[in-house]
Amino acid sequence: MTKKILFGKPKGFFDVYDRRPGIKDSTHYCPGCGHGILHKLIAEAVVDLGMQDDTIFICPVGCSVFGYYYFDMASISVPHGRAPAVATGLVRANPDCHVISYQGDGDLGAIGFNEFIQAANRGENIAVFFVNNGVYGMTGGQLAPTTLPGQKTLTSPYGRSVETEGYPLKVSEMVAALDSPVYVERVALTSPKNIRAGRQALRKALTYMKEKKGFSMVEFLVGCPVNLKKSTKDTDEWIENSVIPYFPLKCFKDIAAERKPKQSAVGIYDKLKVKNSLLETEKIHPFDESKVPVPAIEGELRIKCAGFGGQGILSLGMLIAEAGHLQNLKASWLPSYGPEMRGGTANCSVVLSRESIGSPIVKESDVLIAMNQPSIDRFSADLSGEGLLIYDSVNIKFDNPLKRKAYAIDASLIAKDTIGDVRCANSVMLGAFCEIVAAIGEKSFINSIYNNFQGKEKVIEMNLRAFEEGRKSARKLMQS
Amino acid sequence: MDGKKKKFTAAISINECKGCERCIRACPKKLLRLEDKLNSHGYRYVLYSGEGCVGCGSCFYACPEPGAITVIEEIEEGS
Ligand SMILES: Cc1ncc(C[n+]2csc(CCOP(=O)(O)OP(=O)(O)O)c2C)c(N)n1
Ligand code: SF4
Ligand code: SF4
Ligand code: SF4
Repeated sequence: MTKKILFGKPKGFFDVYDRRPGIKDSTHYCPGCGHGILHKLIAEAVVDLGMQDDTIFICPVGCSVFGYYYFDMASISVPHGRAPAVATGLVRANPDCHVISYQGDGDLGAIGFNEFIQAANRGENIAVFFVNNGVYGMTGGQLAPTTLPGQKTLTSPYGRSVETEGYPLKVSEMVAALDSPVYVERVALTSPKNIRAGRQALRKALTYMKEKKGFSMVEFLVGCPVNLKKSTKDTDEWIENSVIPYFPLKCFKDIAAERKPKQSAVGIYDKLKVKNSLLETEKIHPFDESKVPVPAIEGELRIKCAGFGGQGILSLGMLIAEAGHLQNLKASWLPSYGPEMRGGTANCSVVLSRESIGSPIVKESDVLIAMNQPSIDRFSADLSGEGLLIYDSVNIKFDNPLKRKAYAIDASLIAKDTIGDVRCANSVMLGAFCEIVAAIGEKSFINSIYNNFQGKEKVIEMNLRAFEEGRKSARKLMQS
Repeated sequence: MDGKKKKFTAAISINECKGCERCIRACPKKLLRLEDKLNSHGYRYVLYSGEGCVGCGSCFYACPEPGAITVIEEIEEGS
C-alpha cells in the first residue's frame, strides 16, 4: 500500500515556528480565526506558483503581526497602516521581487487608508490581501471602518450608529473605481465553496503580480469569533446572513489582460549609484593597517552607556564607536531618544565588531558604563554573564547582587577637582574603559577625542587629561 | 476497474488542533467529531471517525491551523 498526501501543511510554512516565547507547533491565533485560513491559502499558492524565494510578506500591525513566525519566505514588519508604502519601496528598489501587503481593516481602512489608496492609484505592482473581520482584533474588538450598522463592538456598545460613525467603508468598491488597479475581488472564507473561490482569487492576484500587471487587491470577509463573541458556526452564519448582504461577493474589476507588464522607472533607481553613495560613509576614516594595532576582540563587543542627560553620555558612546572604527572595527552607535530622555536619563548602545553588524540594538551587554543611579538600576540586569560594569561611584551606590566584575571610578570627582570641569567625567570613564576593556589601543581613543572636538583646543586638552586620569584610576583598581 | 482501490483518510495532528469545529462543519460526510479529552495545549481536539472519507480536502481548507489536518490517499495495489 502506498500513501499519498492529497492535502497537507503547505511548504510555504516553516516546519517549526520559532515563537519567542511560545508554543512551537501551532499558531498564536485564536481557535477558528480567519487569518489562519488565509495564511494557508497564501503558503500553498506562493509555493505552487514558484514564488517562494522572491516573495516578501509584509506583516502588519494587528493580529497577523507575527506572520514571520510561520511563513518560510522573506518577511518584514512595518508600522501600522504603512504596508503599501513599504511595499512600494521594496518593489521599486527591486522590481523583480513580489510583495504581499497583508492588512487588516483597521490597518488598511483606518490608519493606513491614504497609503493604501495612493499605492493603488499609482498602480504599484503589489498584491494587497485585505482582511475584513469587522473589528480591530488585536486590541480587543473595537469598531473598525468596516463594522456593520448596528453592530456592537467594544467602542460601539449600543451598535454602530450611521449618524455618528457613518456607513461601513466599501473598500473594494472604492478601489475598483480607480483607473490603475487591474484586479479587485471580494471573497468570503466561510463555507468550503466560498473558500475555494477565495483560493482562486488569491492565486489570480499573485499571478498578475508575477506578470507585473500592476495593483491587485482581494478583500477577504473572515471571522474573528473571539471578538464577535460567537462560536465559529455562528460567526460563519453571521457573515453569510449579515455581512455579505452589505459587502457583496463579487469580482469588481479584472482588466489585467488589457495591460502590458509594468516597466520599472529608469534612472532614479540606479543600483550602482545607490551602492556608491553607501560606500561613501566607509571612506570617511580610511584605516591604515600599518599604524594602528589590530583590536583584541573577537566577534562583537556590545556596550551600553547610560546616565543623566548632560553628562555627555551620547558623546561618550560616540567616542568609543569612533575609536573602534579607527581600529579597523565595524562600529554602530544608537542613541535612545525614548521618553526617558525627557526624564533626565540618556543612554546609547555601541556595538564594535570585526564583522558587519547585524543589529545596532544592545539588549544584553558585555560592558555597561553607568553614570547615575537609575541607569545602573535599569541596565545592570542586562549584563551578560561575563559582562563588566564601570560606574561613577560619586553618583551611584551599588552592592553588586549578581557579583559582576564591577569597577567603581570617582569620575565626577576627578573631573571636578583634578580637571576643573565636571563635564569631563565622561572622558574619565572613557579612560577607564580603555584600560579595563583593553580591546582598543589608547591612540585610537586619543584620535577619537581630537576628531570629536575638532578646533576646540581647550576642550581637547581637558578631555585628554581627563582620559589619562581615568586610565590611572582604572589601573590602580586593577592592581588592587 | 483498474484493480486499484482508492481509500482516503484525514489524519489529525492532535496538538495542532484548537477544537474550533470548522472542519466538522466543512466535511460533507460528517466524519469528524470533537473529543472530550484535551491536548497538551489545553484544547479539545477533533478525530476522524474511520470510514468513508472521499478526499475532498474541505476540512483541510476550512482549518486555520497550518498542519492540523492532512488528507491522505491510500492506494492498495489490487490483484
Ligand atoms: C501607530 C499605531 N496606532 C495604534 C496601534 C494600536 N493597534 C494595534 S493593532 C490595532 C488594530 C488592528 O486591527 P486590524 O487592522 O483590523 O487587524 P486585526 O487585529 O483585526 O487582524 C491598533 C489600533 C499601533 N500598534 N500603532
Ligand atoms: S482576536 Fe480575532 S483576528 Fe485576532 S487572532 Fe483572535 S480571532 Fe483572530
Ligand atoms: S477530506 Fe472531505 S470527506 Fe474527508 S474528512 Fe475531510 S472533509 Fe470529510
Ligand atoms: S478546523 Fe482545524 S483547528 Fe479547528 S477543530 Fe478542525 S482540525 Fe481542529
